[in-house]
Amino acid sequence: MSLLEIKDLHAKVGDREILQGINLTVNAGEVHAIMGPNGSGKSTLAQVLAGRELYVVTGGSVTYDGKDLLAMAPEDRAREGIFLAFQYPVEIPGVSNMYFLKAALNTIRKHRGIEELDAMDFLNVVRDKMQIMKMDQTLLNRPVNAGFSGGEKKRNEIFQMAVLEPKLAVLDETDSGLDIDALRIVAAGVNAMRSPDRAMIVVTHYQRLLSEIVPDFVHVLAEGRIVKSGGKELALELEAEGYADLYEEPQAVGKV
Amino acid sequence: MSAVAEQTGEWLEQFTNQPPAPAWLQSLRDAAFARFAELGFPTTHDEEWRFTNVAPIARTAFTPVAPDALLVYPESVKKLAPAEAEAHLARHAAFDQNPFVALNTAFLGNVTVLEIPRNAVIEQPIEITYVAQAPLPAVSRLVSTPLGERDTESSVGMSADAAGTGTEGTPCATVAHPRTLILVGANAQCTIVETYKGAGTYFTNAVTEIVVGDRAVVDHYKVQQESVDAFHIATLQATIGRSAAFASHSISLGGALVRNDVNATLSEGSDATLNGLYIVNGTQHVDNHTLIDHAMPHGTSHELYKGILDGKAHAVFNGKIIVRKDAQKTDSKQTNKNLVLSDDAVVDTKPELQIFADDVRCTHGATIGQLDAEALFYLQSRGIGKSQARRLLTYAFAQDVVDRIKVQSLRDSLERILFEKFHEHAD
Repeated sequence: MSLLEIKDLHAKVGDREILQGINLTVNAGEVHAIMGPNGSGKSTLAQVLAGRELYVVTGGSVTYDGKDLLAMAPEDRAREGIFLAFQYPVEIPGVSNMYFLKAALNTIRKHRGIEELDAMDFLNVVRDKMQIMKMDQTLLNRPVNAGFSGGEKKRNEIFQMAVLEPKLAVLDETDSGLDIDALRIVAAGVNAMRSPDRAMIVVTHYQRLLSEIVPDFVHVLAEGRIVKSGGKELALELEAEGYADLYEEPQAVGKV
Repeated sequence: MSAVAEQTGEWLEQFTNQPPAPAWLQSLRDAAFARFAELGFPTTHDEEWRFTNVAPIARTAFTPVAPDALLVYPESVKKLAPAEAEAHLARHAAFDQNPFVALNTAFLGNVTVLEIPRNAVIEQPIEITYVAQAPLPAVSRLVSTPLGERDTESSVGMSADAAGTGTEGTPCATVAHPRTLILVGANAQCTIVETYKGAGTYFTNAVTEIVVGDRAVVDHYKVQQESVDAFHIATLQATIGRSAAFASHSISLGGALVRNDVNATLSEGSDATLNGLYIVNGTQHVDNHTLIDHAMPHGTSHELYKGILDGKAHAVFNGKIIVRKDAQKTDSKQTNKNLVLSDDAVVDTKPELQIFADDVRCTHGATIGQLDAEALFYLQSRGIGKSQARRLLTYAFAQDVVDRIKVQSLRDSLERILFEKFHEHAD
């Protein structure tokens, strides 16, 4: 059984239909890259998988681990092992990173029937993972993402992923706004998480992230559909040739 | 005029029934009552009371009781008799414009007067707790009604009916006029925690005057935890000496109808900090009026008031800052933020800056908002349940005001109260 099976998924925001029939199957252990031009629906797909209410699913189905994902609340999806690394991590003044992450981890552990961690055990768990992400431990006492630089926010996302140990990680433009050093740290964190039990969907606009996180499959999204799929070499082709000839320009239809 | 007389008539009877006072005090009371009789209770036509209708107070007949103050203070603090503080008593909180201050002054008697000597540094907080008396059962009730039933009666919600009109057989709401005067000597340092609490329907009409000596440092906390059926009207007047620092933290949690006036008058180089947190639900109404008067140059003031509203609650914030002609180099910042958790809660917020000097820096800002949907989703996407996420964000909203509370025990108990409150809200 596949870990994730998306069939003919349609979704809209307001009156605008953004996803227009996505089909995608992801098995445990695989890394899938989703590429495509701006506005093609990449981020929408990521948010729909995490359960953002802003996007309304109008058709199709998503089966995750044998369950109807679309019927689940966002927190239940997280408890079942889905993790979204946000393109724009949200700042939450007044809630410390430590409190937030401990609450999240313990909710998920409780759901999995594992004993909840006290503050000391929690610190032991996070210490190593902070080192991998080259994060300063004082960050734990700061409010969630508040006053973090763009790079710190992205590293914090991957750090959270490392702590929460999801079954399916969706990385939404995790490379955007990162310089090459920060990109390598983030990629190393992601690569350390690769395992036969875990799948990843890496959403990105550029190929450069995929030199660091080498995918098993690459899909090209355009106008809300996957228009091309292939192996890791597809990313390099796209880098060389661009997205232009992958789909027809709408204005070219029905004219002349 | 006749409407005013109608409203103040009951009070006249209470006023004249007071035992006589020494001449200096009696003349003060007389002047104050005369002013109260002239002003009458304010109406919503009065700009200062535009959003706060005190008619439920005006139309209720209360039974007067002496305020009940519990005091905890270290030996180095002196408790004075009112006569020893004649030079300051009622000289700071003016009663010519505010009828409630006038009414309080008209019933001056049982005053809490504390003096902190010059140069004294007092680490232990000075605690002043006013506990309101529950409604007094009418005599006939006492005889004919079993105890349990009377208790149920007196816990009925606020309204003129429940508060009682003093007729036979109805429990009669009490009124107390707590009065506090704190004299802080030059260079002294102290922390004052004033708490108001009670059960049932009653009216607390409090006035606190604080005189902060030159270069003194004073932290004042007011924790308003009145019953949800109570009326609470209070004025805090701080007169701040040269280069002195005064901080007021006003925490307003209880009360059906609440009005807090916090007034600070600055001298040269004074610093005033006004923090506030109000949390209201149901049909609670809380009105915070602040006045920062920069009378002299080089003063600084920082004001942060935050409110959390649920149900059909109504909150009013009015922050007046006066920078007088001589108050050059004033630096003043005012912020009011409101978090509205329901569709029916109402906030009226208004900054009121009157600046007569030209070399000053004054900023102000007010916001009214709801819980951030993106932050909610972010928390949920990490496995945190929706209700817990709402609670966490609501708690976080209040966090910066709570963080400014330096008294550890108070901060702990407030955090506990907030936690419990938001638990109710969320579930």
